[in-house]
Amino acid sequence: MSGKPRLTYLNGRGRMEPIRWLLGAAGVEFEETFLETREEYEKLIKGGSLLFQQVPLVEIDGMKMVQTRAILSYIAGKYNLYGKDLKERALIDMYVEGITDLMQMIMMFPFSPPEEKEKNFNSIKEKATNRYFPVFEKVLKQHGQDFLVGNKCSWADVQLIEAILAVEEKIPAVLLGFPQLQAFKIRMSNMPTIKKFLQPGSPRKPPPDDHYVETVLKIFKN
Amino acid sequence: MSGKAKLHYFNGRGRMETIRWLLAAAGVEFEECFLETKDDLKKLRKEGSLLFQQLPMVEIDGMKMVQTRAILNYIAMKYNLYGKDLKERALIDMYVEGIIDLNELLMVYVFQPADKKEQHFANMVDKATNRYFPVYEKVLKDHGQDFLVGNQFSRADVQLLETLLMAEECKPDILAKFPLLQSFKARISNIPTIKKFLQPGSQRKPPTDEKDVPKVMNIFY
Repeated sequence: MSGKPRLTYLNGRGRMEPIRWLLGAAGVEFEETFLETREEYEKLIKGGSLLFQQVPLVEIDGMKMVQTRAILSYIAGKYNLYGKDLKERALIDMYVEGITDLMQMIMMFPFSPPEEKEKNFNSIKEKATNRYFPVFEKVLKQHGQDFLVGNKCSWADVQLIEAILAVEEKIPAVLLGFPQLQAFKIRMSNMPTIKKFLQPGSPRKPPPDDHYVETVLKIFKN
Repeated sequence: MSGKAKLHYFNGRGRMETIRWLLAAAGVEFEECFLETKDDLKKLRKEGSLLFQQLPMVEIDGMKMVQTRAILNYIAMKYNLYGKDLKERALIDMYVEGIIDLNELLMVYVFQPADKKEQHFANMVDKATNRYFPVYEKVLKDHGQDFLVGNQFSRADVQLLETLLMAEECKPDILAKFPLLQSFKARISNIPTIKKFLQPGSQRKPPTDEKDVPKVMNIFY
């Protein structure tokens, strides 16, 4: 039995990916259990491991943690990625919540009915370019520092680089009007732990494909 | 200009209600600015007051805070309603996130189209009684303490009480099988700051009525 955190989810991004990113950025090695069938999921529920019968599940420091935000807050707090005081935390929380709203749109996109895909795609593009990216472009421009909050790498920076790359996968030229974000992206990608996470063979998962969508629908049918 | 926190939202529960609950539970006085029309929202956006063009927005300690969870986290930390260490916070966060998921189901019920209402109601009741309430009933049973975490009053208790009352508004006998949640409800309701908030004339908002739905939709959509 190792002391490493163990992540239980499907073999894909979904709601676990930000957790993989944060652990990766913090340089924390972890193990993964992948659910492949409905039976495995039901067995997990029956075993009493899932407080609200849902995954993600992260076993860490003797706890069986569920609820994505609870897990992310714990990791951020533990590995000093949550600012130095209450006011920095407030900023980090605001930024993270905004980014999470954008990521939620991206995460749900593969599950849109075919007739809504174009509308949802345009919505992602519109929100990224008009609502979310301008905020972070402005934050970086105004203080001229490398990181979003308190001149130090935090959960907000990790969440933002993840979101930038996810949006770029769908809209390659999305950073065109955002020079600060372009520089941020390069800077963050070159941080040793993140550089490692971005290399092939890391725990980072590929974008969702049809097989992933099928597996989700099969396992989480209600 | 007062030093009090100022809440910007429409005159109803929505996503601001939990914030009202937490401030009230902490004994913190606050002012409210109610939006009535889409133009009110546009004005706030134009002023640059809304980081992501959205409400809730709470002016507090020199910040214009947005994003419900960010605001709740700040209030909970500031007023010592967030546990004593990282592990208690982890428990509180897990419990609170579950409560928020249930709360979301309850909150959007009134906004469902007529043909979806019955199914939504059934789902709400099923999740409340089979997924969420049993968890908190068991937590209270296992440790036998008055509060959910660390034998101390926290935001988890406040948010649970809020949601229990909202659930009862939908279905009055929904706590029938949960004796510990019933006594929890009575106990927490009697805490002085909360008792005050539950009295008529407080800043607690009534449930959104069906007839108010078009007005709310008009402001936000």
